[in-house]
Amino acid sequence: MSDDVKTAVKEFILSEFLPGEDPAELTDSTPLISGGILDSIATLKVVLFIEEQFNVTFEAHEVDRENFDSIENIARLVGTKRPQDHDQARSSA
Amino acid sequence: MTRHAALHEPFAAAARRWPERTAVVEPGHGEIAYGELDALSDRLRDRLRALGVAPGDRVGIYARKSIDAVAAILGILKAGAAYVPVDPGAPPSRNAYILNNCAVKAAVVESRFEPRLRTEIEALGVAPAFVAIGEAGAGEGLRRALDAAQAARPVPATDTVVPAPDALAYILYTSGSTGKPKGVMLSHENGASFVDWCSDVFAPSEGDRFSSHAPFHFDLSILDIHVALKHGATLVLVGEEIGKDPERLAALVAEERISIWYSAPSILALLAQYGKLARHDYSALRTVLFAGEVFPIRHLRSLCAQLPRPRYFNLYGPTETNVCTFYEVPAPIPEDRTTPVPIGKSCSHLRCKVVDPEGREVRRGEEGELCVAGRGVMQGYWALPEQTARGFLVDAAGERWYKTGDIVTEQPDGNYTYLGRRDRMVKRRGYRVELGEIESALYRHPAIKEAAVVAVPDEEAGIRITAFLSCREAKHPSLIEMKRFCTEHLPLYMVPDRFAWHDTLPKTSTDKTDYQRLKELA
Repeated sequence: MSDDVKTAVKEFILSEFLPGEDPAELTDSTPLISGGILDSIATLKVVLFIEEQFNVTFEAHEVDRENFDSIENIARLVGTKRPQDHDQARSSA
Repeated sequence: MTRHAALHEPFAAAARRWPERTAVVEPGHGEIAYGELDALSDRLRDRLRALGVAPGDRVGIYARKSIDAVAAILGILKAGAAYVPVDPGAPPSRNAYILNNCAVKAAVVESRFEPRLRTEIEALGVAPAFVAIGEAGAGEGLRRALDAAQAARPVPATDTVVPAPDALAYILYTSGSTGKPKGVMLSHENGASFVDWCSDVFAPSEGDRFSSHAPFHFDLSILDIHVALKHGATLVLVGEEIGKDPERLAALVAEERISIWYSAPSILALLAQYGKLARHDYSALRTVLFAGEVFPIRHLRSLCAQLPRPRYFNLYGPTETNVCTFYEVPAPIPEDRTTPVPIGKSCSHLRCKVVDPEGREVRRGEEGELCVAGRGVMQGYWALPEQTARGFLVDAAGERWYKTGDIVTEQPDGNYTYLGRRDRMVKRRGYRVELGEIESALYRHPAIKEAAVVAVPDEEAGIRITAFLSCREAKHPSLIEMKRFCTEHLPLYMVPDRFAWHDTLPKTSTDKTDYQRLKELA
């Protein structure tokens, strides 16, 4: 269910912070903060991007080194913000 | 105003006068009163003396910013030693290099850093004594470590050392162009003369609440810690995680009722853009100080408009002199100003002059290098006599002028305006970055054949660092691999933004790397 998040975040990071990189090099588990890809300002940009794209809000304490250190972790965090709203939206449509 | 010879003397006086007042707050962890902080740092002094630390020695601090680290600074000074704070976020190999370079007799180390540090430093053939503290926070880590040490091996109380004015008080390591960090040696007189100048200009009182945003290995911390503790004020430690998060930081400044704020401009620019300042009450904030890099006028103007009440000061100076010129930002900033505000006029404990490449003073209005003399100017670089000699201009009267490397002009009103650098040092988020140090790190990668690093201005980030590389192999390492490699060898603020691969790097007619050409490509 979080594949759309993973894809969008991956594309955003590639275009913003890794221009020219082979997309295959950036996996779901590539260390982003501890690997020097995202600094504090870059992390902030990722937060703003996700909040806008997926209509979620992060609490300040959630934006930490752990939650944002991989695409996997980011998707997991976003997943906790969007509980089953997919299915409900579909059935009511 | 009383003049103090030793950096830690005013704190001791404040502790006697205001033992119950809160000295340091560590939000989320705890706080400590002046009397308690005095007693805790006395105990560290005694332990260090028993470990063989003597006046004139150096003692390292390798811990996150905490009450424990503040107590360590005071305890080391009381033992007559110079403190050497290292960046807990920097690679352990770099920190081991620093502690070995200045031959620390002991180090106060958080346990989580201890195994790596011990391995790295023993590989260098030395074994300083460690005061290991379980986990820094609220002073409890240090207190428990001292309790345990005292139970195992009691040591007697000693007297606080009253050092000579020219005795070293602290060594701050900055980026070195030769690839290794270099230690700037500051004496008690250097530190105390700066602190006294701050007292005169900012008139702090025991009612003030100072921010401590900069890390302790950064010279902005000298003002935060030593000015606050001189006046019986409260120092509010801002943790590294919160420090870079504008929304949390904005809330913290309001909740903690900070009255004197000091940080690099990049943090204030983030607050102005993303801090949602209108949500909070900043009525306690009376003074905003910034230093370390140029503040883009657009962001400064936005900040002053959102928070019109405090007075704003641009402080300027390299680690070698600490603040040497200052400028109060006019309110409001004139609309026709499109360039950054001036760096201002010389502080009263120092003198400044502008010289040409031959060291002759230029006429007012002409460009030249800013040189600084007086009580705040460093002793030199640790164990680097040649670099020290090159750093100074000695005039006919025998006076030593520190050559800042910064090109300035003096305006008709006497304010200096910063124009740029004469060498390859740049400022990023307030930190000094020698591009040569980045190149040295890149050359350690086995695949790298050539490395050249340039910095160009960037509207948003202030500066953009690009590494131009050529490779020994057909397939060059990925961008992700290069970033990961850099974080293992450099502090985060030195990792290049971009990496560009070329078959071979452009050369000048004399076969040197053509940096001008590379800047055009960056």
